[in-house]
Amino acid sequence: MRNKFIEFRNVSFRYSDEEPWVLKNCSFEIYENEWIAIIGHNGSGKSTIAKLMNGLLFPQEGEIIINGQQVNEETIWDIRRDVGMVFQNPDNQFVGTTVQDDVAFGMENRGFPRAEMVKRIEQNLTAVGMQEYRLTEPHRLSGGQKQRVAIASVLAISPKVLILDEATAMLDPKGRMEIMRTVSNVQEEYKLSLITITHDLQEVVQAERVLVMNKGEIWDEATPREIFAKKEALREIGLDVPFVAILTDELKQAGISITNEPLNQEELLEDLWTLHSRT
Amino acid sequence: MDITFKNVSYIYQRNTPFAHKAIEDLSFHIPSGSFVAIIGHTGSGKSTLIQHLNGLVSPSSGEVTIGDYRLTDEKKPKQMKELRSRVGVVFQYPEHQLFEETVEKDIAFGPQNFDISETEINKRIKEVIPKVGLQEELLKRSPFELSGGQMRRVAIAGVLAIKPDVLVLDEPTAGLDPRGQKEMMDMFYTMHQEEGLTTVLVTHSMEDAVKYADHVIILNNGTKYMEGKPEDVLTQQEALNKVQLDVPEAVQFLQSFEKRFGVQIPFTRQSTKEIAQSVQRYIKGAGPHE
Repeated sequence: MRNKFIEFRNVSFRYSDEEPWVLKNCSFEIYENEWIAIIGHNGSGKSTIAKLMNGLLFPQEGEIIINGQQVNEETIWDIRRDVGMVFQNPDNQFVGTTVQDDVAFGMENRGFPRAEMVKRIEQNLTAVGMQEYRLTEPHRLSGGQKQRVAIASVLAISPKVLILDEATAMLDPKGRMEIMRTVSNVQEEYKLSLITITHDLQEVVQAERVLVMNKGEIWDEATPREIFAKKEALREIGLDVPFVAILTDELKQAGISITNEPLNQEELLEDLWTLHSRT
Repeated sequence: MDITFKNVSYIYQRNTPFAHKAIEDLSFHIPSGSFVAIIGHTGSGKSTLIQHLNGLVSPSSGEVTIGDYRLTDEKKPKQMKELRSRVGVVFQYPEHQLFEETVEKDIAFGPQNFDISETEINKRIKEVIPKVGLQEELLKRSPFELSGGQMRRVAIAGVLAIKPDVLVLDEPTAGLDPRGQKEMMDMFYTMHQEEGLTTVLVTHSMEDAVKYADHVIILNNGTKYMEGKPEDVLTQQEALNKVQLDVPEAVQFLQSFEKRFGVQIPFTRQSTKEIAQSVQRYIKGAGPHE
């Protein structure tokens, strides 16, 4: 059994007393070394969850426990060391004048010795495939490259959780692919919990578990396969369903008895082939 | 209005050490009333192309014609303002450009610049508000109190209030959730049809291109890489993969199906239902129709 790393206990949040609740009584757990995707319509509370996880916001009700500590004013500095975050806009998160300065920034803030910084810059830029760009100025990079550097900067301080808050939303398909490849390698190599907040179905399918948010509440929590089986209900709350799930439905309606809920085209073709060769 | 690019090149910071060629020898023709998708990666020249369409930049060499307006290096049309009143551009994240105190004033800003009378502007605002899916009650509100999706609709209403003949959309659904994306694209498509617009859509989404466009242009490194009907261009997996693009999912499925079952089901932009029905015919023991 894996250990709990993050726990939300009946968490509610709103920006001010006059405003409606953004999160309502949310409870869930995230385990060590787990990949979880959080999906939901715009305004469903996804990003608020992320901001609560590293103390950019604090809940009015309930409590958040990370690595055994409750998130509050006193613990946020420890917690931020454990919880790294990459945001949507690649242009808003650069501070250094070169790629390596940028990766060094977080470590400088935490007083890492120079030798350790040099080692970690090398190690983490290699992990995201950006080692050759060590001396490049950030504005010369593509969006996908910028986000990879942002990931390296966060990894450099060895977080135990990496949160990607729509980190691929502003990238082109190539950039998205780069990021997803990077992230999945990194998760493997660093054994960290990965939380991807996204609308991209490809990203959701790769996760082990999906948390679906609707109007500030947890609507469902299950594997991608279980989630995408609920096509109609997902559409009702403004979410998308992968092409494979739609096609599977249509195939069933056309009289083909597919029993599994295929997650990708290979699985679907495999099912069709089994049916085909059985007779 | 017809749009024609003839051997167009554009160089940023020309005659400086920073000179950078964004578009090179680009030629294409978009007949009036088309819905064209322009696809390409960041840096492929899409944004530079768009800026030519309403004269924000003129070609460094070659010629751009939009209806009767001609843009070349030597001459900008005298009627640049007129051109801009006929080509409406919705830039990326257009909600960042809102600035007025009320939604109404923000929508009116565009037409006011083109010396349109106040009565006419008021009439247009009334027309345009339901088209973009907003309620009239919002008109007196500050645009900054609205949700991101609503703000974007206000910005789009401002462009539509100019009553352009050509509508240029630069990734209009970026950052919206799936339902928002679909609503927005459906809205543009309806307007395209009802008002006989020429629509130019810049997108990363092969799915949107195949669903809405009747013509696609693929850019790579500032040049035209492919062009044609969606069903012809967006089925060429190898060529698309070479520039790190991919075919739409339905095409992917049909191609894998062919490899596995040795049966070719041609892609004609048919619905998923129709694909399922075609597949059903080839699967042995597939149920009631056998």
